Amino acid sequence: MANVNLTTATTAPSPSVDSSGAHEFDATVTRTQGQLVLRRFLRHRMAMVSFGVLVLLLLFAFIGPLVWSYDFEDVSSKAYQAPNGTHPLGTTQVGKDMLALLMRGTGYSLQIAFVVAALATVIGVAFGALAGYLRGFVDNALMRLVDLMLIVPQIAVAAIVVKGFSGSWYVVALVLAGFAWMSIARITRGETLSLSQREFIEAARAAGATTPRIIFKHLVPNMIGSITVNATLAVAAAVLTEAALSFLGLGVQPPDTSLGVIVQENYGQFITRPWLFWGPFVVLVAISLAVNFIGDGLRDAFDPRQTKVRA
Amino acid sequence: MIRYILRRILISIPILLLGSFLCYVLVASAGNPLADMRARPGVTEAQVQQVANELGLNRPVIVRYWDWLTNFLQGDWGQSVALGQARQAVQPAVLDALWTTGRLVVGSEILALSLGVAVGVLAAVRQYSIFDYVATSTAFLMFSMPIFCVAVIVKNYGIQFNNVLQSVGLERWLTTAGPRQGGFSGSFGEAIFKYTGTFLLPTLSLMLISFAAYSRFERASMLEVMHSDYVRTARAKGISQSRVIFKHAFRNALIPVATLFSLNFGAVFSGAIITETVFGWSGMGTLLISSVRNFDPAMLMGWLAVTATLVVLFNLVADIVYGILDPRIRLG
Repeated sequence: MANVNLTTATTAPSPSVDSSGAHEFDATVTRTQGQLVLRRFLRHRMAMVSFGVLVLLLLFAFIGPLVWSYDFEDVSSKAYQAPNGTHPLGTTQVGKDMLALLMRGTGYSLQIAFVVAALATVIGVAFGALAGYLRGFVDNALMRLVDLMLIVPQIAVAAIVVKGFSGSWYVVALVLAGFAWMSIARITRGETLSLSQREFIEAARAAGATTPRIIFKHLVPNMIGSITVNATLAVAAAVLTEAALSFLGLGVQPPDTSLGVIVQENYGQFITRPWLFWGPFVVLVAISLAVNFIGDGLRDAFDPRQTKVRA
Repeated sequence: MIRYILRRILISIPILLLGSFLCYVLVASAGNPLADMRARPGVTEAQVQQVANELGLNRPVIVRYWDWLTNFLQGDWGQSVALGQARQAVQPAVLDALWTTGRLVVGSEILALSLGVAVGVLAAVRQYSIFDYVATSTAFLMFSMPIFCVAVIVKNYGIQFNNVLQSVGLERWLTTAGPRQGGFSGSFGEAIFKYTGTFLLPTLSLMLISFAAYSRFERASMLEVMHSDYVRTARAKGISQSRVIFKHAFRNALIPVATLFSLNFGAVFSGAIITETVFGWSGMGTLLISSVRNFDPAMLMGWLAVTATLVVLFNLVADIVYGILDPRIRLG
């Protein structure tokens, strides 16, 4: 057990339970921090259900189109059919199969959301950790940059960029990420400020560790909890923002589609053909609820003390 | 305090300047307002050049920015150049839109705050009761709802409600497409009828979302305060439950929510875009979308400058409110 300093014993290891073990270490069940977190997460019922829902949605979005008999661009069907055997969710104004559209839209929305969350987390953590660790001028400059980004309305800039440059999904993702990293940067900075006062950072510095090494080997692993939680929340926020932008016609551009585009194209039919609205609505709410619950579960798993007092 | 406010304002100025410059560069590089004109048949290059000269589009960006800034500060916000429409001064257009949005947003935010705080406090005081579970899960659900879907749902049920009203022989009450034309005239009762009918649905859909955030926040901060030592001391002294809650706990639990409220207020002026679109109000949101669609740089810059200033202003208000409510925070 060379890594014994990295592992934590569970709260009540009782040697008598497993006295038949051949090795003395078998008597004490030791678990790494990661295993502890994983166990707590697996026991969080809502989070596990949500995780299942998310996996199903991913399968629906990325495996579904391979199996399903209609393509989302196929306009050969009769327009405005009510749900029936061949079109379980009906068809749209131009005769597109709603189920196929939903698969494509869900895929696009998820793809954009994950890219946004990943980018925002990387940028936010890098900026936040740098600002919090180096302090002084760098800190001031980076935090003023955050202030600057916060005063410009995201939806306006996204609209201008999409209109002026291109509405490809990666442009939308880049713009959204450009406005999603600030909160993560602030949280990371706050945690870095307090962590870098601790002895182990001082020890690392005394041992001659370089700044990148301290940040990535010592600081970031210690903040992994809040980073993961906030990355999850960023996914939920990105799904909703992307949908809102596309709804306004300023996100993903037709002929391609996303959940927001589907709602925008069909919400006029709310009273006469409600299935065209409720399909994308249910998928959107399902994604955002599932991701939020997973975030909640992760927060509890990383910090079990917080469970009692939480919004 | 005065010194702090002055310093904050002084810090805000360079941020606003830099922000407006970046926006200007973005808007200028995002497209050429004359491209459409050039593409039309029968327009000669000379005519395009003449308009470009008139608008100063053939000079470097920095020079144009400087001109825009000095004019803007002197109250000349420029002319919109949307194609196919008459030239329109930017300032009245933006201020009109701001007024429309303001009327809508102020009411709904205040309602959302009062309701959110009330529900949050009740949920915290009766933690793990049925009320708490219902309130918490409703807030969670609303939080995960796409705003435009909420607006669409509210609007369509409003229309159906109107149909029901009409079928029993009453006047259609709720307005679902833009504020009522011609103001709220008539007798007092009629005016109230028209007023509520116009504002109810957009206010409701704006409120539902903000309410979720406020109630979650208030519940969390109230719970934290209720578990603190000084509240236990107050209880131990034998003070009545309601006095402990309102006199001791509630006041402190309000601090973070008040901050959130002020911060939100700046953002919400640009955040009502979706509600405005769905309900057909010609406010800030509609103005933004139309000026993006028509590619109207002067209008966009006016819009961005106003919203950015509002955000900065309300951030400052948030800090000041924080300082007043919580004497432990020393501004200086």
